[in-house]
Amino acid sequence: MMSAFLMTEPTAEHEEENLGQFIIHHIKDSHEWNLFGYHIHLPTFEPIRLFGIQVDLSITLHVVMMWVASLILIITFWALFRKKRLVPTGLAAALEAMVLFVRDEIAIPNMGEKGGRKFTPLLATMFFFILTCNLMGLIPLFATATGNISVTASLAVITFIMTQIMGMVENGPIGYFKSMVPSGIPFPLIFIMVPIEIFGLFTKPFALAMRLFANMIAGHTVVFALLGLIIALGSVLVSPFSIAFAVFIDLLELLVAFIQAYIFTMLSSLFIGMAMHPEH
Amino acid sequence: MENSLAMALAYLAAGLGSAIVVIGAGLGIGKIGSSAMDGTARQPEAANAIRTSMIISAALIEGIAFFGLVICFLLGLK
Repeated sequence: MMSAFLMTEPTAEHEEENLGQFIIHHIKDSHEWNLFGYHIHLPTFEPIRLFGIQVDLSITLHVVMMWVASLILIITFWALFRKKRLVPTGLAAALEAMVLFVRDEIAIPNMGEKGGRKFTPLLATMFFFILTCNLMGLIPLFATATGNISVTASLAVITFIMTQIMGMVENGPIGYFKSMVPSGIPFPLIFIMVPIEIFGLFTKPFALAMRLFANMIAGHTVVFALLGLIIALGSVLVSPFSIAFAVFIDLLELLVAFIQAYIFTMLSSLFIGMAMHPEH
Repeated sequence: MENSLAMALAYLAAGLGSAIVVIGAGLGIGKIGSSAMDGTARQPEAANAIRTSMIISAALIEGIAFFGLVICFLLGLK
């Protein structure tokens, strides 16, 4: 659909005329933040050479979004849980219910009693951070930090590193690699199963990153495409249907934000739990 | 001319590819929804657990569908 518009729209001087460019410009990372028409130019730094590759550490829009999300989380949890009461009220009760949900439904079933309690801080942090970043993308003047493949890849790398470390801590380095060989299968199949298992070590975090990234990008793309349809078709009669659809897709995106945060956390805990206690 | 043929084929592939991806995701999630409704009809007390599992499976299948979608995006942006 987007490519059709790229081909039929005349390339105009005004940058917003081309629907494809309009969508891409609103979804990708950028070096300025548009607030009510004020362009705030964010600081850029020269790329530095780190371990042989060029690393660009400039502060872009998605970096600022991640900082804002972290600040919101830190201030909310600190302010609500300053006074230690036995029974919290209001928003504190809701947040405590969500943390208990992470502990009792996600951490403990996958990692056992002891491991579950040890890992609840990490899983709760991932859950709330991903949830806050996803929800901030739905607010008009903000952008989705998790709509950047680098951000989701970093979260997946955290999961990957924890999987390897916990697998080696619980089973010993040799024992962890021995668990790559499934037990109870005929000998010739080992030559196929072991590469698949080792390959699976890398594809599972990659799938985590791609799933979160693509879900966030797809939702925003559909909304922008529907709204850009009004301009592309050039008539104002399209707008009621277009806006109604866009509102429906936006509500769906709200649901997807929660679901994707939950799925990322649950799969992370599943992988770490399986590395700690291989159930073969 | 070589370039325009390649670009035309890339756009065609992007369109056809996303159509096939959507068909696959639709079939998969439709099957999940139908078994969820069968299970709920047999045992209404399990409705909540079935609904949770259904949403999780649907999200996982959508994750796979989005792999294909991202490839189609990359092709369409050539």
